[in-house]
Amino acid sequence: MQYISNTEQDKKEMLEVIGVSSIAELLSAIPKKLKSFELKIPDGVSELELDRDLDETGHLNKNFKYHIPYLGAGNYDHFFPAVVDRLALRGEFITAYTPYQGEASQGTLQSMYEYQSLICELTAMDVSNASMYDGASALAEAALLALRSTGKHKILIPSTVHPEYRQVLKTYLSFVESQIIEIPMKEGALDPDALSKAIDSESAAVIVQQPNFLGILEEVQAISDLAHKNGALLIACVNPISLGVLTPPGEYGADIAVGEGQPLGNPVSFGGPHFGFFTVKDELLRKIPGRIAGMSVDKVGRRAFVLTLQAREQHIRREKATSNICTNQALCALKGAIYLTLLGKEGVRRLGLLNLQNAHESYETLARIKGVKEFSKRPFFNEFVLFIHKDKNHLKERLSNHRILGPLLVERFYPELKSGYLVAVTEKRTKSDLQHLASAIEESLDPPFL
Amino acid sequence: MSKLIFEKHSLNHASWLPALKKSEEELLRKIPGRFVRGAAPGLPEVSELDVVRHFTNLSQKNFCVDANFYPLGSCTMKYNPKALDAIASSTSFSQIHPYQDEDEIQGALKILYEMQLYLSEITGMDEFTLQPAAGAHGEFCGLLITSACHKLNGNKKTKVLIPDSAHGTNPASAALCGYEVVQVATNPKGLVDVEDLKKKLSDDVACLMMTNPNTLGLFEQDILEIARLVHKAGGLLYYDGANMNALLGISRPGDMGFDIVHLNLHKTFAVPHGSGGPGSGPVGVKKDLIRFLPAPRILKEEDKYLFEKTAPHSIGKLRSFFGNFGAIIRSYAYIKALGREGLRGVSENAILNANYLKARLKDIFEVPYGGTCMHEFVMSAKAQKKRGVRALDIAKRLLDFRVYAPTIYFPLVVEEALMVEPTETESKETLDEFVTILLEINREIHENPQTVLDAPHTTPVGRIDEVTAARRPNLRYKRELKQEAGNKKQEVVIVK
Amino acid sequence: MIDTSKLKYTATHEWVSLSGKTATVGITDHAQKEISDVVFVELPKPGRVVKQKEAAMVIESVKAAFDIYAPVSGKIIKVNDKFKDSPELVNKSPYEEGWLYQIECSDLSELNSLLTEAQYQSTKRNAH
Repeated sequence: MQYISNTEQDKKEMLEVIGVSSIAELLSAIPKKLKSFELKIPDGVSELELDRDLDETGHLNKNFKYHIPYLGAGNYDHFFPAVVDRLALRGEFITAYTPYQGEASQGTLQSMYEYQSLICELTAMDVSNASMYDGASALAEAALLALRSTGKHKILIPSTVHPEYRQVLKTYLSFVESQIIEIPMKEGALDPDALSKAIDSESAAVIVQQPNFLGILEEVQAISDLAHKNGALLIACVNPISLGVLTPPGEYGADIAVGEGQPLGNPVSFGGPHFGFFTVKDELLRKIPGRIAGMSVDKVGRRAFVLTLQAREQHIRREKATSNICTNQALCALKGAIYLTLLGKEGVRRLGLLNLQNAHESYETLARIKGVKEFSKRPFFNEFVLFIHKDKNHLKERLSNHRILGPLLVERFYPELKSGYLVAVTEKRTKSDLQHLASAIEESLDPPFL
Repeated sequence: MSKLIFEKHSLNHASWLPALKKSEEELLRKIPGRFVRGAAPGLPEVSELDVVRHFTNLSQKNFCVDANFYPLGSCTMKYNPKALDAIASSTSFSQIHPYQDEDEIQGALKILYEMQLYLSEITGMDEFTLQPAAGAHGEFCGLLITSACHKLNGNKKTKVLIPDSAHGTNPASAALCGYEVVQVATNPKGLVDVEDLKKKLSDDVACLMMTNPNTLGLFEQDILEIARLVHKAGGLLYYDGANMNALLGISRPGDMGFDIVHLNLHKTFAVPHGSGGPGSGPVGVKKDLIRFLPAPRILKEEDKYLFEKTAPHSIGKLRSFFGNFGAIIRSYAYIKALGREGLRGVSENAILNANYLKARLKDIFEVPYGGTCMHEFVMSAKAQKKRGVRALDIAKRLLDFRVYAPTIYFPLVVEEALMVEPTETESKETLDEFVTILLEINREIHENPQTVLDAPHTTPVGRIDEVTAARRPNLRYKRELKQEAGNKKQEVVIVK
Repeated sequence: MIDTSKLKYTATHEWVSLSGKTATVGITDHAQKEISDVVFVELPKPGRVVKQKEAAMVIESVKAAFDIYAPVSGKIIKVNDKFKDSPELVNKSPYEEGWLYQIECSDLSELNSLLTEAQYQSTKRNAH
């Protein structure tokens, strides 16, 4: 395949205008030594062949559409109405550049402004940027902001925060004078006594994930109070789908609230591209990293939108920028905005309740199975851990027979939680899905079925 | 006036979601009251049709590659083949989870593995990571590797050298990683000044970050000498791949002596820009640096693809999961479709188109660095400025002719810069029309400059008041607040 | 009206007016014109101790951010609180309403190293 529009005749005429006889002549600035290699890439193919080839590769994957997924852990199987993709994948959105020329980008800019407004409503925070790479990097940027704005150097983070987010935080903070202090868990939630002991006047922020990686609800209000009493900021990392039902971070005093936006309109897609959302209270407005759209007027007073607070950004401040970020996953955030709009006030509540309903129904069914052990009595939203002390390959075989993908074996991240499985249950899971999961587990625990 | 979605109102059933099986009250008993949200979030209430109309109308206020010539220098706004979108959205690739077991995702791992090989071959590097989410994220990754490498060798290096023509992200990334940024001058030919480089090299220098061709669209002819000097001083050579669209199948950063490379799949490898992301910024390294790459790498053993289990020297993770897979797969398909000849054709035609435009425009605009360019070039509106019209005004006037503006005021080393990158996918006919438009604008500058100064005239809005936007930021819609005895009170909506 | 000939200046375009040990600091008319429309003034925290020539605060325009340096060493004792609502005061009245902060000088001899108005004007000309 080639996507070139010039004919051979065009090329000839163009070379004449330039005043050279061949394209090779245009490459004379490149030393000969640097031009003599043979590119070992296979020959090109037609679109028809390409399609077939990738279909074959695709069949090597087991996908969520034709299996029953119980995998979550940061990326969830939600239902997205067709409208989301039909709109977001319009050429006018997908093939436009970052809206630096405001007059030619009002569509993108207004949708960014609306995205920011929707995220503020959802989180009950004051200000949102136009999005970041993902939840993990948004959390890391939140910690950097806390260090910058407090002038202190300790970040307190419980072990119940997504393990990959903690790894990313470590990477991002490796150049900054800072100390990451990990707070252990108790019964699947942050241990409040350990936090009380660790926090001091040098603490810049306490991070909390709600619901946490293991699905459990953290005592966010008490944690928030403790953080503020010690002059530290509270950084909340929240699941946006839960906010139709759960208290939003703005109401329990979060100074910065971030999260993974994937559940809002973006398919799991092997972990990306998605977006991270990033919100703050008014006091931190001028320190927020990333791009932001603002409402203004044009020269005759018409409402107009524009990228604003740009003086913080890399292309202007260069080495003094607040962050080096120059993209905002705009298209993924747009999907989020369309999805939230389609939900509306009542829809977002119902969606949260559907998740709650299905997850609790599943929990009650599975926990009753003989041989399945509970992990924690604490409340949860749409994800929970259960112990199934049985050879993991054996269980996996049974699950595969029922066309089930997951749940996640958490000992991958928490060796102490041996044989613990993290089960994610969204609005998509049906009664029949649950029966399959329960049967698979029963079969694996029940020797006669071997 | 353009209404916000919050200012519209119609009936929203959200009937694409099923009904609850139990009452809300009964369901909420599952969690203690202190965790339950009282007032529902203030989302808009709009019917599906009105949502579709709203966002369709918004989309029509955008310029885009699908509708407009987009000669935005340094951004490589080429045609984004629709086949790539279709492949990325297919169920086999969009409906898979990063935590599935290796045996369930062999297709995804095969793509990532082969993509690592393709990019290594194209750039002449030894190994690639696909984890970084964007170009700037790739720079961050490359500098982390630089730092890890020097640290392991017991060297404390504090400086990063960057040419004064570099992208703003380069110094921002270096500063983010705690380095002191030292600028290297540009010589009269528009290339890195080797004498100045020599003066600034010392054993404090961690690396030199370069773009080749540079932001003036010129190939850095002294690159082999530069590489020798940097390596002799104990530094690494870092390649910002923003301009890789000039070199596919023509020359390779790895052969030039670069130790670390980042690419922008959303520029060179046809991932659509999506109004500002998602992109993807893979990073390639030479053999000695492989051990520092982000974890986990994708490996192949016999016929199985798998994740590397341990990586003691790795810089760690840069983001959750394995990168922007949806972007990576588009570029993978693009490379497969084009093949060896097609890739070379990309750069040859990009260079041909740029030189043709440059030849045709050099009589209208001053071109400070003459001679042959690569895939883009920078011209100056210095002469037009004398008549009171600046590069910004020309950029805005172009919008009236339905052409997106070139990059302006960059690179900083050129006064009133207009940076033009036509890309390989445009036809001669489109380029000729662009020349005609610029001739017309230039005529206006001489005869009726006010038309240009007041532009744009035909876009949904005219020039925007950026000062007020920044002085009194209005960053979100706020419902009318009811003032009650000085207390702010949010509108409360309870869902029954 | 303030008499600008009584002020002391820096080559980085700050002005200083001394009263006892207290120095009031602002930026010059020339500087505000170069910066153009000021959109945000990030003031130092009162109580902070700064050294002469240290970047003490930032002024932002739409497209750029500028470090403003401390002309003398000492402790910041007061800042102008009008900028939150009206950053444009820096443009409108650089020598009066647009003053930035007051500093308690720790070493009055540093004042001798500053420029007179005439010296500042000629440095400025040479710089162009």
